[in-house]
Amino acid sequence: MAKNLIEFQDVSFAYEEGATVLEHYNLEIAAGSFVAILGHNGCGKSTAAKLMNGILVPTQGKVLVDGIDTADEDTLLEVRRRVGMVFQNPDNQIVSNVVEEDVAFALENLGVPPEEIRRRVDEALAMVGMTEYTTHAPHLLSGGQKQRIAIAGVIAMQPACIVLDEPTAMLDPVGRREVLSTLTQLNRELGITVVLITHHMDEAAQAQRLVVMQDGVIRKDAPPREVFQDVEGMAEMGLTVPETIQLLDGLRKAGIDVPLEGLSVEECADELYELMKK
Amino acid sequence: MLKDITLGQYFPGNSILHRLDPRTKLIGVIVYIVALFLCKQLLSYCLVALFLAWMIHVSGVGVKAIVRGLRPVLIIMIFTGILNLLYTGGTPIVQWGFLTITVEGVWKAIYMVARIMMLIMGTFLLTYTTSPILLTDAIESLFGPLKKIHVPIHELAMIMSIALRFIPTLIEETDKLMSAQKARGADFESGNLIEKAKSLVPLLVPLFVSAFRRAEELAVAMESRCYHGGEGRTRLRQLKYNRQDFVALLVLALLIAVIVVLRSLHFVV
Amino acid sequence: MEPIIETKKLTHTYSAGTPFEHNALTEVDFCAYPGEYLGVIGHTGSGKSTLIQHLNGLLKPTAGEVCFQGEDIWAVKGRARQVRFQVGLVFQYPEYQLFEETVYKDIAFGPTNMKLDKKEIDRRVRTSAEFAGLSDDLLQVSPFELSGGQKRRAAIAGVIAMEPSVLILDEPTAGLDPVGREEILDNIRQYHNAKNATVILVSHSMEEVARTVDRITVVNDGILPMTGTPAEVFAHDRELREMGLDVPQVTQVFRALRERGIDLPSVYTVEDAVRVLRQRLEAAPC
Repeated sequence: MAKNLIEFQDVSFAYEEGATVLEHYNLEIAAGSFVAILGHNGCGKSTAAKLMNGILVPTQGKVLVDGIDTADEDTLLEVRRRVGMVFQNPDNQIVSNVVEEDVAFALENLGVPPEEIRRRVDEALAMVGMTEYTTHAPHLLSGGQKQRIAIAGVIAMQPACIVLDEPTAMLDPVGRREVLSTLTQLNRELGITVVLITHHMDEAAQAQRLVVMQDGVIRKDAPPREVFQDVEGMAEMGLTVPETIQLLDGLRKAGIDVPLEGLSVEECADELYELMKK
Repeated sequence: MLKDITLGQYFPGNSILHRLDPRTKLIGVIVYIVALFLCKQLLSYCLVALFLAWMIHVSGVGVKAIVRGLRPVLIIMIFTGILNLLYTGGTPIVQWGFLTITVEGVWKAIYMVARIMMLIMGTFLLTYTTSPILLTDAIESLFGPLKKIHVPIHELAMIMSIALRFIPTLIEETDKLMSAQKARGADFESGNLIEKAKSLVPLLVPLFVSAFRRAEELAVAMESRCYHGGEGRTRLRQLKYNRQDFVALLVLALLIAVIVVLRSLHFVV
Repeated sequence: MEPIIETKKLTHTYSAGTPFEHNALTEVDFCAYPGEYLGVIGHTGSGKSTLIQHLNGLLKPTAGEVCFQGEDIWAVKGRARQVRFQVGLVFQYPEYQLFEETVYKDIAFGPTNMKLDKKEIDRRVRTSAEFAGLSDDLLQVSPFELSGGQKRRAAIAGVIAMEPSVLILDEPTAGLDPVGREEILDNIRQYHNAKNATVILVSHSMEEVARTVDRITVVNDGILPMTGTPAEVFAHDRELREMGLDVPQVTQVFRALRERGIDLPSVYTVEDAVRVLRQRLEAAPC
């Protein structure tokens, strides 16, 4: 088994006394995996994200990143270099008014020599497909492009993991597709661990592992295919399943025996095709 | 409408003025302003004006854009002119009731207005030919030594560059908010001064709230990207003086030297 | 039927006379009928925001006309502002426009600008809060203390309080979770039914549009290439995707099945898809 990059050990967290967001929370994220975290608004998923790079520290318990305790002030930069973050609002995380400068921001903070910064910035921009915008002003870019700039700013640090807190919530379908395909590519080609927090079911379906949270507790933790088979259970938690599964589930309820396996459009069509060919 | 304001706008270009190191330009403007304030007689004013005209020509920005920059300070200029005209003692030319205009007053008014005009035009030339971000770099680099006496130069430069980054975002937001409140029947145009000021509340409150939210989110995002102040920080873009910068500094030294010499010679014209 | 709101050869040019000049809309003929639920779809920058801001007179056409109840809203001075009270527009992320000390006062902002009397304002605040699903005890709270979803509702109530005969909503469910989305759509539906109001829903979520509206208008590159019932519009799934839009997943599944040689109609909701497949499977001899 791959080693754990991020470990929540019996973590509790409260913003103020009495208002506990997470309680006895345990989660392990394996190096190189693509994990989606799903849950309704206020379920604690954003809090969990902020605990992953020491923006927040647990009230009780420990969060370890690559074995380093996030509560230790002296090694905080080491934690943040390993776990990069991308947030929901693209406008509020871009620091500079030149694209390349923004991508360079983290490297400048880490004291990387200028020539090395140049090289890594160019690489990161190429990776997210934004090379032609190197010297553009970020406020003139589309939402999807801004998020890709933010992702480039993170991967320039050469992190082990990138955590994204609802990165597509403010984007249109094109922007969402751009961001998602960038993430899958990073995960596959560079082996970067991806933790994607979302409430879009179709995005969650693209992960290897899906964690569903409700009221600060992990309710489900399995591959998306398995999680989405529990249509009723998801509905009870105020979540839906992708339309492909809704369709298959509708047929099942009508007494047609069809497995709830076809998650992607292609798989679903394959399954139905087999059924109708008979 | 809001998008059209040109406060300290940068005109991209490739003139020698654009290519100079931003520190040279910043020093240049400071020297130019000092020279302007050392002017005592018509000849020195003409000299500085000539220098300014030369720079405007070299910059390729165009006289129109420079003159447009004067519009917001027009009232100040007129006001200064009138005050100097009326309240300078000396040989009277016209007397009209309690108002007296003197020869000295006329000269002083002309000098003062010219001074403000040239001051504004000169600084605008700097912002027109230097991208704001380079300007911030120049400030951080030039005033860097002040860190030794605990002046937070890095922080100030960072604040400036973030402010610059968010100006377009906030302008866009203001536009959007105005439309949203207008859609609820808000009226920003008519009414007297008090009503107009009152009508701004639905605009200003959300703008402030959102600015605070943005600041908070930005702070978290910056921390996440390992920001921990200026200590041990490197830069992608390195500032470098070239030969043209030394030539420029030489020209500036010459300008101020001539002005100082003229000042010490006691002739009036 | 006469359209309640209509544009005739509407053209809008931004930054006219500068190098940045571009047409956001080119000779657009748009119309909405009384009492209908219309969906407007288009990617960011397609011109749909520019279009809806013309419908209530926030933007003035560069050329062409915008007519409300058959009359050009720019023909008489001051009419455009009056039209704003009858064509309510809820912007994207409307919660950011809240500003008053209490939710009550904020919702009352529109009706107060309409110069209605106190009693009428009070009635409108209370009914619109109800339409938006805000309980009475929230009315005296500061809007900044509400949760994200409640803020959104308060902002929507602020527009509903003007009791517009046309209600336009730009992405009213953006950023909400599935339950929140469903609730807001229900509330809008209630207003639509109760007041027989025309509702124009702008959305990125094709699934949402597919199961909510009666008719869809597609905006792309400043023109309206398609208008029709959801079935008609989603039948052009390929063209929609080329315009940077998604089609509902079930529509994609049916398209994939057709490509595999199975003769199926185009569907756009899960219910329809299940119904069609059931008929097919149960009719087929096993």
